Amino acid sequence: MLAAFEYFAPKTVKEALSLLAKYKEGAKIIAGGQSMLVVMRQRLLTPEYVIDIKGITDLDYIKYDEKQGLKIGALTTHRTIEQSLVIQKHFGVLSEMEGNLATIQTRNWGTIGGNICHGDPAGDPAPVFIALNAKLKLASSTGERVIDMEEFSKDYLEVALGPGEMLSEIQIPTPAPHTGTAYEKLMVMKGDMGIVGAAVSITLKAGNGVCENARIALANCSSVPLRAKKAEKVLIGKTINNAILTEAGEVASTEADPLADVHGSAEYRREMVKVFVKRVAQIALERARAA
Amino acid sequence: MKGEMKELKFSVNGKPYELEVKPETLLVDLLREELKLTGTKKGCLVSACGACTVNIDGKAVRSCSVLALQANGHEVTTIEGVADGDKLHPIQQAMVDHGAIECGYCTPGMVMSAKALLAENPSPTREQVKEAIQGNLCADEGYVKYIEAIEIAAREMRGGH
Repeated sequence: MLAAFEYFAPKTVKEALSLLAKYKEGAKIIAGGQSMLVVMRQRLLTPEYVIDIKGITDLDYIKYDEKQGLKIGALTTHRTIEQSLVIQKHFGVLSEMEGNLATIQTRNWGTIGGNICHGDPAGDPAPVFIALNAKLKLASSTGERVIDMEEFSKDYLEVALGPGEMLSEIQIPTPAPHTGTAYEKLMVMKGDMGIVGAAVSITLKAGNGVCENARIALANCSSVPLRAKKAEKVLIGKTINNAILTEAGEVASTEADPLADVHGSAEYRREMVKVFVKRVAQIALERARAA
Repeated sequence: MKGEMKELKFSVNGKPYELEVKPETLLVDLLREELKLTGTKKGCLVSACGACTVNIDGKAVRSCSVLALQANGHEVTTIEGVADGDKLHPIQQAMVDHGAIECGYCTPGMVMSAKALLAENPSPTREQVKEAIQGNLCADEGYVKYIEAIEIAAREMRGGH
């Protein structure tokens, strides 16, 4: 049973923002609620006011053009992203990631914005977005701001949303030529939260195949989705070979600061970071070569 | 005001409802407690077991993880709305004929996941059938019979092809 709250179902972003401006810290936004209702049931979260934005159809969209890149409305469901032909064609890694995010039942109702704002460091979309250099558009009654996905997560289940702010859009730039991106996680059962996960994006120089840029982000390895910058440096400027991939995994493992839980000890997770960063970087590299 | 009832207009199994609902009510509780549609089961209540699966606008969704008020304006189908009077739906008939039942607790959720799958994809591969019921746990591990029954039903619904 959930604690009692007052409920609002605004039909427009403007209406939602004015409710947020009015109730501030006492208010909590619910979208699909696939994560939020669990923490409400556990009484980790007991908002006075719940603002249900799930019905704001204006924020359910996927737009793509080569110059502007990809724009995903915050209320787009996971299932819509998974099945989007545009995303499958231009950002295949997102569709693959969604295919292993929980189950179809959850993906049918849960939204991408809700997932990001829940701020779970074990979540799948955030590390992929960091690897893709995504930005988030945050709206409030006084205007909008755009921040890097990487700056959004602050701590376990805490994100950089001000009291009157809501996430409205995820923006992903078109990757540079010869870029490959991949994401995989360690699961006992398909759809599990990753025991660890790694997202890697690699850009190669045309002609000589030297790694020009790399972005690596880890799931469930810290209190936030963690960018492994030292491991990126191992790749950048090199002609990547097996030894360099192994080294990147080892360095990423030193950057990880995982918690221990019933699914694995901290030591085990650090070992798995070595395996997954190497494995995923290999896939990203092959994709970059084929791109 | 906290705890203030809100209006919910939606349809369940084709029947329109206009109700006053406490905001903290979950869809599964509204269906079972208020509408007495107890075919939808409560299992884990943390979106892990799939026993509470219903269809919202034809898509499989877990009713333990949706506020009742979020169904406003939507069409909900529960296991009670699947058969046509006394005539079982081909998915139900295939499960009965094929012995895909075990203790029965997960069955309504299995049927609702299968129904949503076959509405979207009349010719699913075995992998797609597995994916559709991946979120429906069967404590008796009767998965193989369920998968086969859904394939039998799909064939039946395609007219035997």
